[in-house]
Amino acid sequence: MKFTLSWLKDHLDTTDTVDTITETLTRVGLEVEGVEDRAKALQAFTIAYVIEAKQHPNADRLRVCLVDTGTGEPVQVVCGAPNARTGMKGVFSPPGSYIPGKDITLGKGVIRGVESNGMLVSEAELQLSEDHDGIIELPEDAPVGMPYATYAKLDDATIEIAVTPNRADALGVSGVARDLAAAGLGTLRTPSIQPVRGSFPCPVKVALDFAPQDKKLCPAFALRLIRGVKNGPSPEWLQARLRAIGLRPINTLVDITNFMTFDRNRPLHVFDAAKVRGDLTVRRAKAGEEILALDGRTYKLNDEQVVICDAHGVESLAGIMGGEASGCDENTVDVLVESALWDPLNIARSGRALGINSDARYRFERGVDPDFCRPGLDLATVMIIDLCGGEASEMVFEGELPESRPAIDFPWSEVKRLTGLDLPQVEMKIALTSLGFHVSGAGERVKVAAPSWRGDVEGKADLVEEILRIAGLDRVASTPLPRIKAEVVKPVLTVLQKRTRAAKRLLASRGLVEAVTWSFISHEAATLFGGGSPKLVLANPIAADLSDMRPSLLPGLIRSAQANAARGFGDVALFEVGQVFFSDEPEGQVIAAAGLRRGTARLEGVGRHWDGAAEPVDAFDAKADVMALLSGLGIPVGGLQVVAGGPAWAHPGRSATLQFGPKGVIGAFGEVHPKILKALDVKGPLVAFEIHLDALPLPKARPTKVKPKLSLSGFQPLTRDFAFIVDAKVAAGDMMRTAQNAERSLISDVTVFDLYEGPGVEAGKKSVALAVTLQPAEKTLTDVEIDAVGSKIVTEMTKRYGATLRG
Amino acid sequence: MNEIDTLSDSLLGEIAAAQDEAALEQLRITALGKSGSVSALLKTLGAMTPDERKEKGPLINGLRDKVQGAITERKEALGQAALDARLAAERIDVSLPVREGPEARGRIHPISQVIDEITTIFGDMGFSIAEGPDVETDDLNFTKLNFPVGHPAREMHDTFFFAPDANGERKLLRTHTSPVQVRTMISQEPPIRVVCPGRTYRMDSDQTHTPMFHQVEGLVIDKKANFGHMKWVLEEFCKAFFEVDSVKMRFRPSFFPFTEPSAEVDIQCSRKGGEIRFGEGDDWLEILGCGMVHPNVLRNCGLDPDVYQGFAWGMGIDRIAMLKYGMPDLRPFFEADIRWLSHYGFRPLDLPTLTGGLTS
Repeated sequence: MKFTLSWLKDHLDTTDTVDTITETLTRVGLEVEGVEDRAKALQAFTIAYVIEAKQHPNADRLRVCLVDTGTGEPVQVVCGAPNARTGMKGVFSPPGSYIPGKDITLGKGVIRGVESNGMLVSEAELQLSEDHDGIIELPEDAPVGMPYATYAKLDDATIEIAVTPNRADALGVSGVARDLAAAGLGTLRTPSIQPVRGSFPCPVKVALDFAPQDKKLCPAFALRLIRGVKNGPSPEWLQARLRAIGLRPINTLVDITNFMTFDRNRPLHVFDAAKVRGDLTVRRAKAGEEILALDGRTYKLNDEQVVICDAHGVESLAGIMGGEASGCDENTVDVLVESALWDPLNIARSGRALGINSDARYRFERGVDPDFCRPGLDLATVMIIDLCGGEASEMVFEGELPESRPAIDFPWSEVKRLTGLDLPQVEMKIALTSLGFHVSGAGERVKVAAPSWRGDVEGKADLVEEILRIAGLDRVASTPLPRIKAEVVKPVLTVLQKRTRAAKRLLASRGLVEAVTWSFISHEAATLFGGGSPKLVLANPIAADLSDMRPSLLPGLIRSAQANAARGFGDVALFEVGQVFFSDEPEGQVIAAAGLRRGTARLEGVGRHWDGAAEPVDAFDAKADVMALLSGLGIPVGGLQVVAGGPAWAHPGRSATLQFGPKGVIGAFGEVHPKILKALDVKGPLVAFEIHLDALPLPKARPTKVKPKLSLSGFQPLTRDFAFIVDAKVAAGDMMRTAQNAERSLISDVTVFDLYEGPGVEAGKKSVALAVTLQPAEKTLTDVEIDAVGSKIVTEMTKRYGATLRG
Repeated sequence: MNEIDTLSDSLLGEIAAAQDEAALEQLRITALGKSGSVSALLKTLGAMTPDERKEKGPLINGLRDKVQGAITERKEALGQAALDARLAAERIDVSLPVREGPEARGRIHPISQVIDEITTIFGDMGFSIAEGPDVETDDLNFTKLNFPVGHPAREMHDTFFFAPDANGERKLLRTHTSPVQVRTMISQEPPIRVVCPGRTYRMDSDQTHTPMFHQVEGLVIDKKANFGHMKWVLEEFCKAFFEVDSVKMRFRPSFFPFTEPSAEVDIQCSRKGGEIRFGEGDDWLEILGCGMVHPNVLRNCGLDPDVYQGFAWGMGIDRIAMLKYGMPDLRPFFEADIRWLSHYGFRPLDLPTLTGGLTS
């Protein structure tokens, strides 16, 4: 919403400066978005008289002018404008002034050997127009020395405010003035409106043709004919005002409706009566009806939209935009002026459906003052007769104004209760009444009736807001919020929240870099990773490749890895901990943690190094990450099964599913499937893991923080090595478990210390070397006892895997 | 010169000239061994008269001690020289680079870091962390929050929708974290103190807007919490978060459907050379929206607005991260450019605490 200072002063008697006014606007909730104060910007530019303009001795196109700037001493200026000539009046810019159109600060200079002490400027140089053909020429009577901005009446600041959706009343200058007056900046002086008595009956009748349940679509409709007007360009003051707020003057009748829109938040419509056939009917449009609107576009309508019709058909889109066919132009003699009320919801929907953003729609969908329906028409009538002449008919009025709303039962104490601010009753009452509220009763509880233009006010809290914003939010004292209990704060994070935090720190400490990628991915990628359910597809995605809620963090990470590789950073290790989606219900959203490594981005280092180059990543790098994550989160992994083969995204022979039993799948790791790489246009090697933090077992609640008792053996552990030849497909993990179980009470650890396939070992077989650690608890083991454990292990291996000891 | 002196000179000379331990041992045997020259002299003592022995004894014993001492000394010198030689040979080029460890390469995203900072500050004020789903119902995202159906305020949110179900109801991506406050009020008895960080979505994409962003919502509900308390909470938060001794905040009346009275909050700052500093200067920067929870919202959540009251606020996590840490643009937050992440990200052990400071 834009207006000028002089326009505001039509409604507000104030001597306050633009700065005070703008500060106050922001303070009362009408946030100032911009101030264009041309008087300030143009204050250096003054009117000057060209005493003499003669040819520059060294340049054909330049003239040397002797200029009277009103300071007494003539000033010499070199000027390149073709229209610079002796005896003219123009606008002088002294050295040191800033030329907005050129973005330079003028200095004294010598141009082709002649001194120049300033400049005569064009409109373009002052950013007043695009005209840079010549310097500004002023009439003979323009007073030399006067600031040009004052002379040209440009010294009127334009203020732009942001109006929140609840404050429809501030979409008119009068409403803005009311807030300022209430805030103590002068006196409201909006002229009152006298009803216009028409001198003849309006020849055009109006019918509101709605089913009973649709009456709200057009609660009231006022119309009047003014005959014998003379339409043409509106007076300069009106044009200047409209231009200042960015509107294009059209003709007096149209300019008056625009003026009313911005002056009083009262959109009107004018029909050229000569182009209207018969009476007017207001009704729902019929599907397929069309209208050529004033913006020059043809709109196809449906029965959700409300229209105003004559005997020919649709003449206007109710509350949104008029029709071209019945529009007013210079030839208009008889004009029909409409002032109506429309249903805000319907206007909003229709405007959206038709894609029209008009000033009328903007106001009607926020709600205009219903009680101003008639006075608005009267005020417009007076203006039209003033500016265009003519004679007004009586007013036709159909429908009825909404009933006034019940007064709000308001205890003054409510202000203190909600804000903590203790204000005198009298101050609160003045704030409300100066905003147009009617306060009745006395004492602690009063009745407050909101003015008709404040449709947003519905209860006590709204009144508190009104009082507070006029009093000033800065008057509310900052008050410490007491703790609920006077105690050291209790931990607040849930297990999942703690795990989410810890997982990020842990993965970062393994050299992975945290990424935050979009929650939505392409449909193709979602499908590849097990998603793509229609319930999780956006109806209005911002881009075609951001359409589906992600079922996995990996597509986003893979895409990011590839983007980094394309920038020359191929050895990347990324992770993300965040939400993935399996249904549109809250339970269908879980927290996943995923990581990937590309190229040679291994834990111990990246790329080539004098100490030995890093190998390309493999599935064990991903396994190490996920196992470290589980152990870091304190998840007991004794029962964790690593089942060969992973989800569809993984290489089937180089991946595994991680689970606590078949129903307790927590995630997977492995090399990314070549098909996925191809589908996503990504190059490997790429290994990854993903687990669902929600699926991890919860820690057992324990009554005490005491750790289990530490029992240390007094006897040294000893290690025995076994190398077995087994089928290549036997899982080493199974062999480790078998070895471990051979003598649980003695065997404290089993590791694989060597693995070999190749010459010396039969094809299809492999050698797996286990180091088994025995930890005696009660006594030193004898050789016989140690050998007995060894035999047990060998026997079990032979029985289960057909293993033989390597010779 | 007598025999002892001659032997002494000869032996000490040879010891000093010995080049290795083996030569030294040989000398020891020659002098002090069973049939060594000094041992031979010692043996002569037995055959001497007491007077002779009195005179010669100290000399011969002195010779033995001297030779013994010289051998030990020489042995130590030779050992030291050998060690010096070995150490010199074992020298490495310590200027060679070591591999950068994983903890030096890993990074925490600024959003995670800032969420941890927020959690730390509000945790100390007794707030817990509430979360809710990104896929929300129209009811929780709008209706319960007092957005009337069809109201222009809804339109301002540029909502992402899913396809309507059989009943014509369509889910949406939450446009703000405010539905979490509704969920909290419905499921929890006051007093309530929660903050709700999370992802939010709007159909918006330019230099300063991304279709996905992060917000943190705060909610306090009890029987006394008022606007003054809210001011204090927000001022304390800003001071703690931006790690400055004082902040000047400007509360401007504004409008949100779910609060009444509502305000937007600006924070005073200076901008010098593209750097923003808080607690000084004369510029204002909008930082959050807040207000007293609207009576309709309280009612919608089953709370009597004449009994319960409270306040709520919301701010952009990405935005305050940018303000605090100086990232100029929002879009790179979600582009996972390793160069940006390495530069603006945090080290794995940069854990924000109040005792140690949010940043070190």
